Amino acid sequence: MTAVATAPAPARHSRLSGRLAGTGALLRLALRRDRLMLPVWILALGGTLVSGAGTLAKLYDTAAKRADLAESMNGNSSLRALYGPVFADSLGALNAWRLGGFMAVLAAVMSLMIVVRHTRDEEETGRQELLSSACVGRHAPLASALLTALLANAGVALITTAGLAKSTGTTAGSAALGLAVGATGMAFAGVAAITAQLTESGRLAKGLAGAVLGAAFVLRAAGDTSSHDASSVLDWLSPLGWAENVRPYAGERWWALLLLVAAAGAQSAVAYALAGRRDIGMGLVPPRPGPAEGRMATAYGLAWRLQRGALTGWAAGFAVAGLLFGGMTKGATRLLGDNEQTKEMFRRMGGQSGLTNAYLAAIVGLLGMVAALYAAQSVLRLHGEETGGRAEPVLANAVGRLPWAAGHLVIAFGGSVLLMTVGGLGLAAGYGEDFGRILGAALVQVPAIWVLAGLAVLLYGAFPKAAPATWGVVGVCLALGWIGPALNLPRAALDLSPFGHLPKLPGTPMHWLPVLSLLALAAALVGAGLAALRRRDISG
Amino acid sequence: MTKAITVAGLHKSFGRTHALDGLDLTVEAGEVHGFLGPNGAGKSTTIRVLLGLLRADSGAARVLGRDPWHDAVELHRHVAYVPGDVTLWRNLSGGEVIDLYGRLRGGLDARRRAELLDRFELDPAKKGRTYSKGNRQKVALVAAFASDVELLILDEPTSGLDPLMEEVFQSCVEDERNRGRTVLLSSHILSEVESLCDRVSIIRKGRTVEAGSLAELRHLTRTSVTAELAGPPDGLAGLPGVHDLDVQGLRVTLQVDTDKIDAVLRSLTASGVRSLVSTPPTLEELFLRHYQEDIGSTTPGGEKAVSR
Repeated sequence: MTAVATAPAPARHSRLSGRLAGTGALLRLALRRDRLMLPVWILALGGTLVSGAGTLAKLYDTAAKRADLAESMNGNSSLRALYGPVFADSLGALNAWRLGGFMAVLAAVMSLMIVVRHTRDEEETGRQELLSSACVGRHAPLASALLTALLANAGVALITTAGLAKSTGTTAGSAALGLAVGATGMAFAGVAAITAQLTESGRLAKGLAGAVLGAAFVLRAAGDTSSHDASSVLDWLSPLGWAENVRPYAGERWWALLLLVAAAGAQSAVAYALAGRRDIGMGLVPPRPGPAEGRMATAYGLAWRLQRGALTGWAAGFAVAGLLFGGMTKGATRLLGDNEQTKEMFRRMGGQSGLTNAYLAAIVGLLGMVAALYAAQSVLRLHGEETGGRAEPVLANAVGRLPWAAGHLVIAFGGSVLLMTVGGLGLAAGYGEDFGRILGAALVQVPAIWVLAGLAVLLYGAFPKAAPATWGVVGVCLALGWIGPALNLPRAALDLSPFGHLPKLPGTPMHWLPVLSLLALAAALVGAGLAALRRRDISG
Repeated sequence: MTKAITVAGLHKSFGRTHALDGLDLTVEAGEVHGFLGPNGAGKSTTIRVLLGLLRADSGAARVLGRDPWHDAVELHRHVAYVPGDVTLWRNLSGGEVIDLYGRLRGGLDARRRAELLDRFELDPAKKGRTYSKGNRQKVALVAAFASDVELLILDEPTSGLDPLMEEVFQSCVEDERNRGRTVLLSSHILSEVESLCDRVSIIRKGRTVEAGSLAELRHLTRTSVTAELAGPPDGLAGLPGVHDLDVQGLRVTLQVDTDKIDAVLRSLTASGVRSLVSTPPTLEELFLRHYQEDIGSTTPGGEKAVSR
């Protein structure tokens, strides 16, 4: 044993395996910690993809109906922005079109959460230090995190392939869809692996990876509004565009998968190199000294100080996305092709202005759903402060619980108004007309955002252990808004999402009743949550 | 003297765990009160109830004459708290946190803040993430000592401090006492308790097992006595409170309950004393005796299992 280890080549090998020492143990730890979360993610993603085919089969039971659907959907640029183009009219291809893009985004979210959770979060809490004092190599935490993500994505791919092979009649197409979703997940696992090396905070690492995902989505959506077959340059700049170009069930392009795999591999290699060069717990930028004296004097000031960075980043993202989508409005709503059916639909939708309105309404709805993610995250900052032990010393001062919570809630609720304002103005500026109408349409989304934020307040106040379940609820609402209508889900199901009740502006008349009802509901949720917060124990 | 803290029959359960089981605590205004007990005895739970962060299931608690749950905010204007495990925001500097906490209380004495930073040798410009455990502790201590408050609640405040800083801490507590402030000090450092505390309360398993001045508590424990006698001892074994009696000819060693020592000394002088060594109980013995479940019969391992 020792004799072998002194030989040059094995020594090199043992140094490499030394850096990875303990990966297996850490992987088992990760799987044990995530024993509930991982199966839920895998079954939710795989199960949705599999069951979607069944729903579509019932709705569009003849080839003619499916061809009609494909034709009309592909002619609508706002739908292409959301879902991407339809490549074929088989059941499998329609299912992949309808759900594939959404599920690829969700796989990316799952993967980036897994990777940061088992790398930077562990370092930030100080747990990694104790682990690393044992026989754990420098690269083992990252390796085990990436392996956990790989297992999760492989699970999604496997369920998708196995579940769809029969109903769609083709294993190749099903495997292509499953692999496209899973490989997208791994590409963003790679993104998160890098951002986790750059920042000292897990929250920031997730935020940066999420921003990359958002940019990839905007690029993909922009590319798809201006092309019918995902061939735009913008599509090729986005990993989500690569996933789309795998074209499951429509003459699979397997080489597009290689782009995703190569991206995952290259990013992981960069992350390994970074991880080998930095100190545990530190980012790449050394910490700078701060002011020796502070100006904050209130709980509001503290909350603002803690949340202003995230809000600024989100607002910048909304402004850019709004400008980009707005700038594409005219090109996107030009009558594309000379297909009779498309022209007919175009006329039915009210011609140029009808199409423009539909496009703008779709984009505004999309911005609203993303703003709900911000609002939920911002409200749950309260939960993070409490479980992190930072709420207790603040509340031990002359700070009431309500003012303390209100400081964060003002930012969460006001911040979502700010995001929709910035996004709406960006959209209008990009489009160049209709400032008032577009801004109004954007702000009409606010009551629905507030209802979800209010739900987060209620969960945090009354059932603090269940507060993270907010993400599940927000996720379901996003899914209902995004993929629900095309699955012809019953109205009752669609009505579960507050966004389903909003008037579709611009283009349809304003209805005040649902808007005001949602505002009242949001106020009731916040009130109930705060009332519960006043009564319960604060955990230290 | 008025009472700064009065607690009677406090109960608090977390699910099936009874953290507090009828706890009593009285802290006089202007005293430094030691709050002692083994790990898991309920010290931090009590402190959180006193701060209104936890709501007691039953029992009465008054802090500075107020109900800590209902009047939390008004009360906290006059209270400064230092937790045992100080968590800071990673992107805020220590100075910012000190000033924030000061303003969130009754206010901050700028001159005292500067003096304390100097005494504790703390750099206020560093960010929360870069402080060591001891320095995080100092941030909370400076914020507490510089605040204009009547009561300081310190929960194992020196667990990360070096001996030099421990001394600075002790002199700061002395200053507080001299300024007429009340301090509730939870601590495991016995020398700290001995030199600072006017009175102590010892709790175990959510109950107060002893309260009083250290002298009073010492009185309840055993003193060891070694004596060389002129003649053979007589009747020592029959005296109340005598333990571990060992007679080797004219040499006697024994343990005696401190409040029964008088009779032992009489008996010894009756035989004629050539030399006498009497050792009062050490603080360690005092606490071990109170921390253990069944005095004299419980091993340290058994005690640990109990406190979980």
